[in-house]
Amino acid sequence: MKGMTVIVKTVTRWVKVFIFLYGIYIIITGHLAPGGGFADGVIIACSYILLMLAYGREFALKRLSSRAAHHLDSSGVLLFLVVALLGLGYGGIFFGNFLQTRFPGVAFKLLSSGTIPISNIAIGIKVAASVFLVFIILSVLRIVLDEDGTQKMVQDEEEE
Amino acid sequence: MGIEIYLLVLLIFIIVGALIAVETKNLLSAVISLGAIGFGLSIAFLFLRAPDLAIVQIAVEVILLIFLIRATIGRDVISAKGHIHWAGLVVICLLAVAVFVFGLFAFRSLNEFGAPIIASVQDAPSNKYLQDGLKSTGAANIVTAVLLDYRAYDTLGEATVLFAAIIGALAVLRGRAASRRKGSRQMGSPQAGSERRKDK
Repeated sequence: MKGMTVIVKTVTRWVKVFIFLYGIYIIITGHLAPGGGFADGVIIACSYILLMLAYGREFALKRLSSRAAHHLDSSGVLLFLVVALLGLGYGGIFFGNFLQTRFPGVAFKLLSSGTIPISNIAIGIKVAASVFLVFIILSVLRIVLDEDGTQKMVQDEEEE
Repeated sequence: MGIEIYLLVLLIFIIVGALIAVETKNLLSAVISLGAIGFGLSIAFLFLRAPDLAIVQIAVEVILLIFLIRATIGRDVISAKGHIHWAGLVVICLLAVAVFVFGLFAFRSLNEFGAPIIASVQDAPSNKYLQDGLKSTGAANIVTAVLLDYRAYDTLGEATVLFAAIIGALAVLRGRAASRRKGSRQMGSPQAGSERRKDK
């Protein structure tokens, strides 16, 4: 599992940034253009999965370890809940859009529509970490069954 | 009328892909025809003017294709074996005919294609969302406004389901991996065999 050929690695080195940036673009403009929380998370996870497929497991896990993915997963849900509870505290309604009622922005601008962009970011982080974790789960199980050279990886996972 | 013809061609393509995915013996062909179904579905969403759904469909389809190839092809299982159970086939055909007849009657009672129910029901909440969405939420994309403002409870439930599924899969699969590794140390297992083969 040391990755694929030089061609794949070179193409990946150029393409991964654009995939990641496209995911971030869809997150940020989720309230203006088609897209939204779920799709951008999947696209960002796509960039990390491409990294893992092309360069091997250790290279990708050095960039985003499974522990960091756990924390991102949990903090995404927590951020979404905090937005909901702030709506309860300030507006009196759970999931109330308190920012829009207090500071109504200009429509079709980037900074508009109150809490919706924050919720988009939260859902995006959460979905990206979840899909990446699904891929880690599948590949870790497969490695344990097949090869012996990557058993250290499994021990790292078990220490958490 | 033009859109309906394109949609019919796409639906026939999807049905043919589904039949190939079910009937073929080679697992890689089955996975690839599943991917063709997903891409056809995303183009159908684009024809129906639902770009949000099309983006989600195409992204999830790519990820699912990678997952399925990693999970099925890497396991040295490349072909599915089995023979036809005739009794089961008869039952499935009867069920399919029953569902088809039910679907015919159900579609008779629906509105025409292109005339949604919310247009004929004035009190539907969707009308209120479409009229007041931009004013009350400020979001230009009405789909995001519905997902994250009007129906944010649904999104919270979806996030909770995903979270619980990931935690459950991590717990179950990690335990299984650890126990297999321990078992391979104590007694001979396929893994020990592969180690020996590598030493040679």
